[in-house]
Amino acid sequence: MTETILSLDNAALTLDGNAGRVEILKGITLDIARGETVGLIGPSGSGKSSLLMLMGGLERATGGKVDVLGHDLTAMDEDALARFRRHHMGVVFQSFHLIPTMTALENVATPLELAGAADAFERAEAELKAVGLGRRIDHYPAQLSGGEQQRVALARAAAPQPDILLADEPTGNLDGTTGAQIMDLLFGLNERHGSTLILVTHAPELAERCDRVIRLEDGQVRQEGLSEAAE
Amino acid sequence: MSLAIATRIARRELRGGVRGFRVFLACLILGVAAIAAVGSVREAINAGLEREGATILGGDAELELTYRFADEAERAWIAENTTAVTEIVDFRSMAVFGTGDATERALTQVKAVDDAYPLYGSVVLDPAIPLEAALAGRDGRAGAVMDPILADRLGMKVGDGFKLGANEFVLMARLLDEPDAATGGFGLGPRTIVATPALDGSGLIQPGTLFETEYKMRMAEGADLDALRAEAEGDFNGARWRDRRNGAPGVQEFVNRLSSFLVLVGLAGLAVGGVGISAAVRAYLERKTAVIATLKTLGAETRTIFQTYLIQIGVLTVIGLVIGLVLGALIPLVLAPVLEDRLPVPTAFTLHPRPLAEAALYGTLAALIFTLWPLARVEEVRAATLFRDGNLSRGARPRWFWIAVTAGLFAALVIAAAGLSGLWQLTLGAAGGLLGAFALLVLAASLVRRLARFLASRRATRGRSALRLALGSVGGPGSEALSVVLSLGLGLTVLAAVGQIDSNLRGAIARDLPEVAPAFFMVDIQPDQIGPLTEELTARPSVSKMESAPMLRGIITQINGRPAAETGGDHWVLQGDRGVTYSDRPVEGTNITHGEWWPEGYDGPPQVSFATEEALEMGLQLGDEITVNILGRDITAEVTSFREVDFSTAGIGFILSMNPGALRGAPHSFISTIYAEPDDEAAILRDVSNAYPNITAIRVKDAIDRVSEVLAGIAAAITYGALATLLTGGIVLIGAAAAGIHARTYEAAILKTVGASRATILKSFATRSAILGAAAGLVAILAGALAGWGVMRFVMDLDYHFEPVSALLIISGGILATLITGLAFAWGPLASRPARVLRARE
Repeated sequence: MTETILSLDNAALTLDGNAGRVEILKGITLDIARGETVGLIGPSGSGKSSLLMLMGGLERATGGKVDVLGHDLTAMDEDALARFRRHHMGVVFQSFHLIPTMTALENVATPLELAGAADAFERAEAELKAVGLGRRIDHYPAQLSGGEQQRVALARAAAPQPDILLADEPTGNLDGTTGAQIMDLLFGLNERHGSTLILVTHAPELAERCDRVIRLEDGQVRQEGLSEAAE
Repeated sequence: MSLAIATRIARRELRGGVRGFRVFLACLILGVAAIAAVGSVREAINAGLEREGATILGGDAELELTYRFADEAERAWIAENTTAVTEIVDFRSMAVFGTGDATERALTQVKAVDDAYPLYGSVVLDPAIPLEAALAGRDGRAGAVMDPILADRLGMKVGDGFKLGANEFVLMARLLDEPDAATGGFGLGPRTIVATPALDGSGLIQPGTLFETEYKMRMAEGADLDALRAEAEGDFNGARWRDRRNGAPGVQEFVNRLSSFLVLVGLAGLAVGGVGISAAVRAYLERKTAVIATLKTLGAETRTIFQTYLIQIGVLTVIGLVIGLVLGALIPLVLAPVLEDRLPVPTAFTLHPRPLAEAALYGTLAALIFTLWPLARVEEVRAATLFRDGNLSRGARPRWFWIAVTAGLFAALVIAAAGLSGLWQLTLGAAGGLLGAFALLVLAASLVRRLARFLASRRATRGRSALRLALGSVGGPGSEALSVVLSLGLGLTVLAAVGQIDSNLRGAIARDLPEVAPAFFMVDIQPDQIGPLTEELTARPSVSKMESAPMLRGIITQINGRPAAETGGDHWVLQGDRGVTYSDRPVEGTNITHGEWWPEGYDGPPQVSFATEEALEMGLQLGDEITVNILGRDITAEVTSFREVDFSTAGIGFILSMNPGALRGAPHSFISTIYAEPDDEAAILRDVSNAYPNITAIRVKDAIDRVSEVLAGIAAAITYGALATLLTGGIVLIGAAAAGIHARTYEAAILKTVGASRATILKSFATRSAILGAAAGLVAILAGALAGWGVMRFVMDLDYHFEPVSALLIISGGILATLITGLAFAWGPLASRPARVLRARE
């Protein structure tokens, strides 16, 4: 029987905005199995990224339950969530979000250091080499192109060999060729580390590379099924 | 055309309000307000002194004689030219209260007056009785009134009897206000007023004793004071004239110098604020990058864009100046009741335009100096660059033209400050010091960044996440090192310099003197008393040494037959009367540096030996003839030698020493210094004042305490000024911390995402603040020590000792200030949810 690594039970997210309360996610229930790759698709504003943030503990659910590896994320405080991510999750963003004051190597080594890895820098260097940036390890983010920055972000997310890799439109800010290279790297890394990948994307062809595709509309799961590739 | 468009665009841009310019405005307002307030208080005092000149002086004019009363001819001149006159005798003495072991003694500055005193103003007593009634006394004893401080020190209450010299007095009232007190100058003892006739038989006023007589005169309406002054200075021998137009020149001079110094400190504050002003303009222009790029794309010329932002900054500068000037003018007015009570001189608090104009000038120049550099960089950036990089290149240097304009404005500021304060040397020194400190801080910030960068990449810091994060942010791109080290460092430098100077001054008095200083000075020792007194004192086992010298007082009136000021300028030796002694042989251990001492038993034309340092400062040469007026008699002597005189040991030191024949027949007294064990000081005082009531013994420790009190007051005023500078530094620091809050929030969000706990992030923020605070503190100590050394060595002519306690306080203060501001601005980033922060950046 396949182990469930992530489970959402009627998870909801409501935020107070300038225009009043906004229901972002309206009772999402789903399970994701270990090693599975899941594509989250849907129109802008449908709640894809919010759902990903909820899964990563970066946003706190205002209703329901988010269970990851047997831990209820809704019951954990900020620091407990940070410690949890340190050991079990890697996140890749559309806008890379590298620490501007750190070199590529330091950016990748940081989560490893936080997790107490004695060989943080050696592993970080290896990870950067794996994404083809072996010669750019001492460069600051501002000195790298968009594609290079995203590769550093990928290396940073993958370096601790997380159980779950969350990627929020990782090619959204890149041109087609670079985006394709990044996606190859992402899937390659995921395969190499054997982690669970949850990918938010606008592009149906990217979602199709996943085992399962979940379509969101207006904060709700509208459609869920195996991708063509999985079939 | 360009200007009209620029004005229109600027107006539209300003509709967005002054958000983001709070630090700019706060720095400008604080600097301008501080300078305007100090200047307004100075003007208020000067105006008060001018308005109440006659009351402060105690007459429309005053003639002061040293050591003697006016003779018949002089009295006749006074009677002829004035409508009223009062004669005052001023001298130091010992007030003695009680008998036997319970006897208390204290030094007092006695003012003996006649029935006409005071001509202007009134003496306020407690109980409120007329002065005449108080001085009349009771039960056959003469009356006296006394400063409450002195009465309390002696443990006396109204009605108690006490002695001055050999005479008994009764304390009739406590002296609350003496209208002409400010003209008395620096006195070592609190005031006692008695009637002159009551001193008969006291032994206090006799030939050779040290006293001054002041003739305070009321003139007829419309009297020509200049003509009268010229006449009096010709007819009176050795008299000094003062009149109501400048009743208390010493006070006025002191107030002007102190306020000039405070204005310099205020300018240092403006320089510190300048860092904030510059940072605010840079940040504003960075936020406006897209607008600038768009304008350039739409065809706006560089000149138009420069003018657009210059106009905006100009409008904000005017707003800052106006608020600063209003505050600077209002604060003294609001505080007037408090200040009037505290200040020992009359004041006229009102709106004084001059200091406001001065402050406006300083504020405008400072704002221009600190805004032109970032503004001018707009010129260097092309539209394409703006779009591609998304911000103004931080390292770009403006055109040489703008650098030259900025340098010119800085020179104008220094010249204005020096010209308006009249303290050229100090202003140039302070400007040089500030520039040096500025350069040192920029260098230090750069070194700290490199060092942090280096350490962050070392193996030793691996695994220490908080430390490496802190080092990374100090050393990495977008580091706050420069703005924090500059803003805090300049403020701390000013405070460190003041701290070093203050500690050194106190140290010079408290630490250096007691090693060598005598226990007592004794003055007014009559020639027939010096023998037995020396015998009695040197017989005491506790007395290790006693030095005595004959003492007269005289005024140097001419050098080589011309008025002395023509050669010696305004040298302090020529200001007022100086002690003169005579001796057949040089005192043992004297170092004659130039010329030769007269032969023993020499009885030819008068010769004088002059103190070397002062002689050289005044431009005297061997063979010059100086005329000294002693007791109304001019004595002209040839300068035949220079000798070293060390005033720093508090021993006997005379600028002028003549051959005995030159002063033959001149009545005089002796001065002695007594070196004794502290345990026996009280007994010596008791025995001397019992046996020789006319002798005044000044305890050196008391005198040092009195000088220390005055210095402490000055140091306090300067410290407040320095604190205002530090406050500006604090605002800039807060501005820098606030400006960096977005970067920190973003950083915290990423760190949380990759698994950093809040404690780790907080530790990293705190470490970063501590590193920057320590760097600023260390440079401040170095720069402060250099400034302290310069002031002690070249202004005070004293040795400099590094004061570690004040230095340590500065470093701790620096670290604490950055920690507090850093942590105060850390809560927001720590509390923010990473998802929202990161998504806001998508």
